Amino acid sequence: MSRYTSATEDDRRAMLVAIGAASIDELFADVPEAVRLGRPLDLPAGKPEQEVFGYLRDLASLNVSAEDEISFLGAGMYDHYVPSLVDSIIGRSEFLTPYTPYQPEISQGGLQVMFEYQTAISELTGLPVSNASVYEGPSALAAAGYLAKLHQPSRTRFLVSRGVHPHSRETLASTSVGWGTTIEELGLAGGATDAEALAEAVSDDVSAVFLQYPNFLGAVEDLEALVPAAKAAGALVVVACDPLALGILRPPGDVGVDVAVGEGQTLGNRLDFGGPSFGFFAAQQAYMRRMPGRIAGETTDVDGRRGFVLTLQTREQHIRREKATHNICTAQALNALAGVIYLSWLGREGLVELGELLLQRTAYARETLAAVEGIEPLHDQPVVREFAVRLDADVERVIERCAVDGVNPGYPLGRDYPEHQDGLLVALTEQRSKADIDRLAASLRSAVREVVPA
Amino acid sequence: MSATESELHADPGVERDQPEADRSVRLTETAQQRDRARTIYEKSQPGRRAFVAPELDVPRRDDLLPERFRRTEPARLPEIAEPEIVRHYNRLSKRNFDLDTGFYPLGSCTMKHNPKLHERVAALPGNARLHPLQHPRRAQGALRLMWELQHALGEVAGLPHVSLQPSAGSHGELAGVLLTRAYHEDRGEHRTKVLTPDTAHGTNPATVTMAGFEVVKVGTNDRGGVDVDDLKAKAGDDVACLMLTNPNTLGLFDPAIEEIAHVVHDAGATLYYDGANLNAVMGRTRPGDMGFDIVHFNLHKTFTQPHGGGGPGAGPIAVSELIEPYIPRPQVVRGEPHNGGPSAFELDFDRPKSIGRLRGFQGNYGVFVRSYAYILSLGADGLQEASETAVLNANYLMARLAETAGEHLPVAYERTCMHEFVLTGGPMKKALGIRTLDLAKRLLDFGFHPPTVYFPLLVDEALLIEPTETETRETLDAFAEVVGEILAEAADDPEAARSAPYTTPVRRLDEAGAAKRPVIRQAL
Amino acid sequence: MATASYPPDLKYHEEHDWARIEGETATFGITWYAQDQLGELVFFDPPAVGATVRRGDPYAEVESVKAVSDVIAPLSGEVVEVNEALASGPEAINDDPYDGGWMVKVRLSDVSEVESLMDAAAYEDSLT
Repeated sequence: MSRYTSATEDDRRAMLVAIGAASIDELFADVPEAVRLGRPLDLPAGKPEQEVFGYLRDLASLNVSAEDEISFLGAGMYDHYVPSLVDSIIGRSEFLTPYTPYQPEISQGGLQVMFEYQTAISELTGLPVSNASVYEGPSALAAAGYLAKLHQPSRTRFLVSRGVHPHSRETLASTSVGWGTTIEELGLAGGATDAEALAEAVSDDVSAVFLQYPNFLGAVEDLEALVPAAKAAGALVVVACDPLALGILRPPGDVGVDVAVGEGQTLGNRLDFGGPSFGFFAAQQAYMRRMPGRIAGETTDVDGRRGFVLTLQTREQHIRREKATHNICTAQALNALAGVIYLSWLGREGLVELGELLLQRTAYARETLAAVEGIEPLHDQPVVREFAVRLDADVERVIERCAVDGVNPGYPLGRDYPEHQDGLLVALTEQRSKADIDRLAASLRSAVREVVPA
Repeated sequence: MSATESELHADPGVERDQPEADRSVRLTETAQQRDRARTIYEKSQPGRRAFVAPELDVPRRDDLLPERFRRTEPARLPEIAEPEIVRHYNRLSKRNFDLDTGFYPLGSCTMKHNPKLHERVAALPGNARLHPLQHPRRAQGALRLMWELQHALGEVAGLPHVSLQPSAGSHGELAGVLLTRAYHEDRGEHRTKVLTPDTAHGTNPATVTMAGFEVVKVGTNDRGGVDVDDLKAKAGDDVACLMLTNPNTLGLFDPAIEEIAHVVHDAGATLYYDGANLNAVMGRTRPGDMGFDIVHFNLHKTFTQPHGGGGPGAGPIAVSELIEPYIPRPQVVRGEPHNGGPSAFELDFDRPKSIGRLRGFQGNYGVFVRSYAYILSLGADGLQEASETAVLNANYLMARLAETAGEHLPVAYERTCMHEFVLTGGPMKKALGIRTLDLAKRLLDFGFHPPTVYFPLLVDEALLIEPTETETRETLDAFAEVVGEILAEAADDPEAARSAPYTTPVRRLDEAGAAKRPVIRQAL
Repeated sequence: MATASYPPDLKYHEEHDWARIEGETATFGITWYAQDQLGELVFFDPPAVGATVRRGDPYAEVESVKAVSDVIAPLSGEVVEVNEALASGPEAINDDPYDGGWMVKVRLSDVSEVESLMDAAAYEDSLT
């Protein structure tokens, strides 16, 4: 008997009698002989809990996490401080273990959380309509592409800024392969999307223009300068945003953006080697019935009590099937809960203060590194929490040298941008103090000196 | 109809929060019901806060952002301190039914117990604080875990190559159909259709459209299996794939699976396995051995990742040798040992025929940790026992329900079931005047989550019931008895079920109103 | 509308749609039977003015909370007017399917198609 089932020999005997079968084998009689496995699975035998824990603990100890080094590694996920109350709330059985709230009468907790989360995302993005989460950032961008395609099926061109996260660009390409759409890249000039290139490329067969804000190189894109050309051509504008940066940056909804998506990990979720986190997806009113994923709505019950239900379900796969707005079913409800708890914890003032802190420390970091010999900024665009520099030394080897100091200086841009083989992307969170930044500078100073140029 | 802000507060025509007006309601309301829903925004007061920002320890500059790049007004997030945040969410949590509290016989969902060990291992800092772009040399524990999980899933599926990247079952389905597309294109074939049975879960046809194919439905015979003649008629050389699950959504194992695989492969198409029902067959048979080319797993079903109220999950895929070149990038591989040292685990991006990536980074690693802990805990013997007990429990519950409710809720198919079974509420509706929906709502008053209702579409007034292996015989007996009680009650008083539930935090909700006038955010 | 009714002055299509013929134009909607089957309707997705409709083909969609249904055109032509009131009051289709619940007005392209429609008695018979 395994740890989690209760069926004893007595139970089995009695149950087989009630069923009218002589053995468990009889219950599998419909499985043709030729496809029966006929041997145990070729896996180790089950183990007691403490052995499983020991084994996995030992594996985890082989990983160098943000616990073990001072990390300036970002590029889409960031080592923010997750407050204790997030853990204590999302660890509750009532949030951790229920199913999707298809029976609303006994799911008011989960449904109200979704409503509060949707409100928070709407506030951050300045867009009136938000869903209750999608998987994560890059696939959220691809989902926005699907919305654009369904909205104007005769338009087939997607224009995507080179400043959009490489994983998002690749995910859009992989996901859209059957849509009859093409993807053209909009280049960067001085670290930000080239507005002239956009204006030239856009025309009335462009379905959507995709930007990132701030972009992958950390630059705050000038949305006011970019959006009008796209809108004038009748294209949808999709912007992938950093949700924390939206605490101090002008919300995309205010400048005419149609759909705002993004990676929600920085809101109350840990790094977890890349997941689970959540993606957010918000849009203008006109696209409400084209939204992917679940949406919670407010209503009343038969006695007049306020309550919440999943609404506009006819968009979704379980009803609309082949004509659904997306195939998504399971999303990231628990991670979105962590997100809305986190935003409530930061609060109206706190989100701004955190944004300002990041802004100031990032500026300090960029200045400090720029003063190191062999390091110069890759661009001088405004930045909020991440920036790029050029090193006069082999970047991957510099990173190895810094590891010896217990410092992770950032992401080697050459992995995704061949034109920036000498580039390093440096990220800040509130957990990286001035002292940490000074340590980073010192470590890089030594590393750049010691490592020969690429 | 186009309003989204919370207009209900403003609408004087809606009698809200005034059940006091009805004396019988006022006197019999539960404490939960009397606790009126207030959002966290409504509990806000200016100046309250939980967060204390670290001191600014760098020189402040005022020239960092052009004014026009800045927000002029802060986002209107709540202003509330920690004790009230905790109270708010704790009280909300008590308005949820959950698996740790009670039985959830939701067909197709595999609501099995979520072991508590899993949260402990997922929280280890080496896992939780590991950055996805950490150098692989400094992430060997994580890469090894993924590699071992891939191997274990491959063994369960009977297919050699596994990608852990997809984030949910639907995402795995999309990967599978895109793999099929890549496979055909690589052979110079342009196929346009994908076949799905009429019993298919909605994600299947939705996925087919997203992948750029046309859906063609295949019929079901009166034994509940694929209508093989219909399949033969439709399996032409413009068909890319047949998507199936076995056992199917009726809980029935299709004994014609070999012939089905034969027909599909003869037509040059791929055979795709929707792993939602894998809990029925582990250790007994494997989709790879049944002839499937591509399989997706639902780690939040078979491998007990907690459902979280709607995610996270994960939808890894296993594929045959033929499909391997196309799997998503990057793939976790074991490198060659060098200098006599141990081999290292790596992320392999050098996959020229890959369909590319379908999301950022490597996938929902936190889910992998939990699922792998489960596989290590159960082992070969435990996984097989899980499936056998799931099938035993389902057949037992089907037999007990036949005793307590069989006259009005007969089985849809007179066959041994696998891990789930379907009843039809048609006779109940005719004889007692209550529908499957009403039975479901009345079950809520008895502390049970109802089964899946009105799916699959093929069965009239369907009830799809999956107990899973982690329920005791006593729980199954109790459920069967309560269903019998509700039917007996309906014979005398059908209105009881029609107006149920009575004791839940809210009673039946106006879903039509919510759809006509969607209010999907708080007005602030 | 609580009890079934099938006004005698209308023509009916087997997919449960009615047409009120007014010379060269016709008004379309769905019958009492159709709205009763669909349940409370929450959304009507109309065609654009100027769109072509073809007899037997879907030209609009109606939604209840848990289902979507195509609305089939009983006759062919060009849409000249759409019932805007349904946007904020789709329940009119349930309450008043032949009057307030009208869906579109169409300029007929082939008046002879009217002969293929049923009269009220024939349609009502077909329902049993």
